[in-house]
Amino acid sequence: MESIRLTPPLSDEDAAKLYSGQKVIISGYIYTARDAAHKKMVDLIEKGEELPFDPTGQIIYFVGPTPAKPGQVIGSAGPTTSGRMNKYSPVMLKAGLKGMIGKGEMGSDVAAALNEYKGIYFVATGGAAALIAKKITEAEVVAYEELGPEAIRRLKVEEFPAIVAQDCHGGNLFKEGVEKYQR
Amino acid sequence: MRKVAAEEVIRALKELSQNANYNLGEDVITALRKGAETEESPLGKEILNQILENSGIAESEKMPLCQDTGLAAIFVELGQDVSVSGGDFEEAVQEGIRQGYGKGFLRKSMVEDPLRRKNTGDNTPGVISIRIVAGDKIKITILPKGGGSENMSAIKMLKPSDGENGVKDFIVETIRIAGGNPCPPIIVGVGIGGSFDKCAYLAKKSLLREVGSVHPDPYYASMETELFKRVNDLGIGPQGLGGRTTALAVHIETHPCHIASLPVAVNTQCHSARHKEILI
Repeated sequence: MESIRLTPPLSDEDAAKLYSGQKVIISGYIYTARDAAHKKMVDLIEKGEELPFDPTGQIIYFVGPTPAKPGQVIGSAGPTTSGRMNKYSPVMLKAGLKGMIGKGEMGSDVAAALNEYKGIYFVATGGAAALIAKKITEAEVVAYEELGPEAIRRLKVEEFPAIVAQDCHGGNLFKEGVEKYQR
Repeated sequence: MRKVAAEEVIRALKELSQNANYNLGEDVITALRKGAETEESPLGKEILNQILENSGIAESEKMPLCQDTGLAAIFVELGQDVSVSGGDFEEAVQEGIRQGYGKGFLRKSMVEDPLRRKNTGDNTPGVISIRIVAGDKIKITILPKGGGSENMSAIKMLKPSDGENGVKDFIVETIRIAGGNPCPPIIVGVGIGGSFDKCAYLAKKSLLREVGSVHPDPYYASMETELFKRVNDLGIGPQGLGGRTTALAVHIETHPCHIASLPVAVNTQCHSARHKEILI
């Protein structure tokens, strides 16, 4: 299966072309955030204040990396469980975010928001954190440095491998894949 | 009475925390290779090969296998003829974790209070279980436990009348609900019997057993085989995206229990099934 190449920012049209089960290769800039940073950003949106970065067309990677050793850009950096962001991602998608990368299925509210705002949920291989770190060529803290691994970082990625897990057409690989292989 | 310096305990934990986080056990690698060979889903096969490639990079570059370097679950068998000198034993264990996670560039994932959630900054405290045993040695095992897989664990107080089928159904249902969240392929750790707290301990302890080993009791060996098949028949597959490799193993530990009780606990362990031990 041929992989589709993506470089953020993504448009509604880019999102509409993607279907669950497709492999993608992402290059360019993406942002990191997990539980604590999402809580802060959603609080800002609710107060009508500006976010630490413009989410329009961007992709958020749910990750809390290990500290970089001297000479490394970043430590091990695999995806964390996305379901913990179920409460936050619909708000971020409404604010213009186009995609999320994580692991595990996201909830029905997220699926509805992916459809409404034309977003995509990608998965990367959970636990392949040393391998994924090799695809990250720059890392810079953008906000909330005090959160340590949970700070928002801007990453430059080259050929970051991911899979479309839940698309804007209602496709969900977690359901389709399991149905195919259960006995 | 044999004396062991607290300093030696610190050194052991410092070394163990790093070793466990960089080097996946040969038993897990063998099971992953077998999965990669037999997996029917092309995407699942690719994921299993990525996981294997990842373990090679982690080992050769001394990088953590996973960014979640875990809560340090520590199992100690403390010989009754050993005396620890020059410091408090538990504090020495915590200091070793502190040094290992600091010097090893491992992630600090512990918050000091479950609700107020301020990071302790050094991954302490680890959760220590100590058993006093015969002899003059100290055996220390570390199992860095990731939060993603730990979160999908479950415990239930069944009725004795629920019997073997009730136990098996609860285990399979727990894994079905977990889906892709605990990073399959997983190891299913099961504790049956004891008390509410004891069966949870047994479920975690079962994760230390060698993957691929057979339960010494034929009754439970056959239950493990049956559960292994049922769990893999769920079709969850690598990362929950569908496939035939959902579990690498099912491990059961049991303990006598009260006439009124049938406690069962399931502790889910991701494929980064890391644990290392040392005998002092």
